[in-house]
Amino acid sequence: MGDRRTSLAPGTPAATAGDDELASGGELVRREAEMMPAIEPERTVNDWGRSERVEGVFDATVVEFFYRYWFRTEVEGIENIPDQGGALLVSNHAGALPPDGAMIARAIREEHPRSRPLYLTVEHFFKGYPGFSMLVPKIGCVAAHPANVHRLLYDEGELVLVFPEGRKGTEKLVKDRYRLRRFGRGGFVEAAMRAEAKIVPVCVIGAEEAAPVFAQSKLLQRMTGLLYFPITPTFPWLGPAGMLAYLPAKFKIRFLKPIDTAEMGADPASDKALVQSVSQEVRARIQENLHEMLGKRKSVWLG
Amino acid sequence: MAGITAKQRSERERSGARRVLITGLSTYWGGRLAQALERFPEIEAIVGVDSEDPSRELERTEFVKVSNNHALLQRIVRAAAIDTVVDARLVVNSLTTSPREAHENNVIGTMNILAACAGSDSPVRRFVFKSSGLYYGCEQDDPGFFTEQMRRPHPPRTRIERDIVEAEATVTDYADKHPAVTVTILRCANVLGPDVDTAHTKMFALPLVPMVLGFDPRYQFVHEDDIVHALEHAALYEAPGVYNLAADGVLALSEIISLLGKRPAPLLPPIGTSLMAGPLRSLGVRVPDEMWNQLRFGRGLDNRLFKAEGFEYKYTTREAVLKLAEHQRLHPVLRGADRGYTYEAEVEEFLRRSPLVQRDRPDAESAGESEPFEI
Repeated sequence: MGDRRTSLAPGTPAATAGDDELASGGELVRREAEMMPAIEPERTVNDWGRSERVEGVFDATVVEFFYRYWFRTEVEGIENIPDQGGALLVSNHAGALPPDGAMIARAIREEHPRSRPLYLTVEHFFKGYPGFSMLVPKIGCVAAHPANVHRLLYDEGELVLVFPEGRKGTEKLVKDRYRLRRFGRGGFVEAAMRAEAKIVPVCVIGAEEAAPVFAQSKLLQRMTGLLYFPITPTFPWLGPAGMLAYLPAKFKIRFLKPIDTAEMGADPASDKALVQSVSQEVRARIQENLHEMLGKRKSVWLG
Repeated sequence: MAGITAKQRSERERSGARRVLITGLSTYWGGRLAQALERFPEIEAIVGVDSEDPSRELERTEFVKVSNNHALLQRIVRAAAIDTVVDARLVVNSLTTSPREAHENNVIGTMNILAACAGSDSPVRRFVFKSSGLYYGCEQDDPGFFTEQMRRPHPPRTRIERDIVEAEATVTDYADKHPAVTVTILRCANVLGPDVDTAHTKMFALPLVPMVLGFDPRYQFVHEDDIVHALEHAALYEAPGVYNLAADGVLALSEIISLLGKRPAPLLPPIGTSLMAGPLRSLGVRVPDEMWNQLRFGRGLDNRLFKAEGFEYKYTTREAVLKLAEHQRLHPVLRGADRGYTYEAEVEEFLRRSPLVQRDRPDAESAGESEPFEI
């Protein structure tokens, strides 16, 4: 065979799993992780389509304005974000065209000692919508596909933010604010387990009041082909720009203690009961902390 | 084979292929692969079949003009004791032939070639099939990187994609029924390079490169030389299974256009894009059906599995694009300098068979060709 397999170190450490079949499977994946494409320093757009330049401009203008002056964001528990390696951030989600994702990304870049980049997972819908399709990947969003989350967490060791409530969270009306919806089918827990990544629960308050949704119009949604059609104080009255006209609610972001999925034994993702209980625990922790933060809040606008 | 030495035996283990049949010798890939394999002295026989004359100059490859007839192919395979078959004839661009001929070639042709290699007494031990990334398609809800186990999220939309999925299914079926044969399927990303002619190289040759308004798809390419080397690698080494073949790096289309030094022209409407086929054609740009979705959603392939098999790419996607840019700048200077090759059966016959031709001239050997490619 000669030296053609030199790139595969013969003594690759086998996965710790006891089972032979698992060990060989684990070894294969580990080997694949070494085959990741090298980073080309000349490029400013990465393989996910994320562009430093576009992101920088966006960050220094729109996001900076909202983060610092409009929402006056306060951050707690930034030390719960690991310094290196993949971690899955799980947050509550609300509001028409929610600003929470961008604020969390900004908070990590601003407050974290290593100012790590964050990948936001978004609906596939955006990829098919002209304009959005071009902009959304450039500012660090990827489609919420389990394979994408796995590659980012396991192979690239990045931070990924998911909203397990998904569309159910953004469709929620203002009267149901801060009541968490169902956390999907626990797919996010499985993704973290397979990637042996930490889960960091995140609580955000303020987003519900910044973009309150009074009603959803099924008819207008069908007519426009949008994901959902919210009626807010400014939308659709001000046209598409009304989506970005947020009310100046005070934002507070709290990162909770991480849950380490690497310590859950061999192949925890196949244990459906474990997946569901971890998913519920994450949900309960976020809900509990949301209640605590809301209890302390004196004013929606001043915090 | 009594007098086989230990050295010969170890050599045979290193390169399983000794007697190779290349189907589609007259296609770009068939010709390039034959040229590449000719440089390996341990490969004792290279036979190429096609229904048309070869388009490249070959030294010792035997060409047999034959259509996709399984009985004739089977006779060739058995008579020449072929141990490795490389199928490089897949049509991946629907503009190159009519849909009917593409179907005939991709589906029926594959079926016939597999039939020729089938049977328990067949000498074939290795089958390499060049497939395409079109197997995965391009859709809105695709993952960022397709791995080999993934299947396309929606059924194929265009005829050519349907044909490729069907052709691959027959190859997998053959692999299941013949466990003694090593079957390798290579799913190639879009190819780019100075020599090869595809819908994408044509598009990138325009001063204004058309884009769909509001979309900037992720594109991954693979350099033509890397595909030839990958086919060669699959023929020489044991690599059972399906592999993606795509260079490192997925670029945004806008990034590619700026690397080429061109200007983007986001003129295609986002809705009803394919209605623009007519107006574009009158401007001299022909876009095949299977490309419309790629212009909106793009496609990325995970290339790690074949790298883990020991294959090394010479070019990244970015380098392949830069190579094309270099070629585009040189093209006006070099135009017409490369003379075409036409196959003349009698001349080839004379060169190979006549006792008058002086073979084994050492200077002719060393002066022309460089070292065989090291993998």
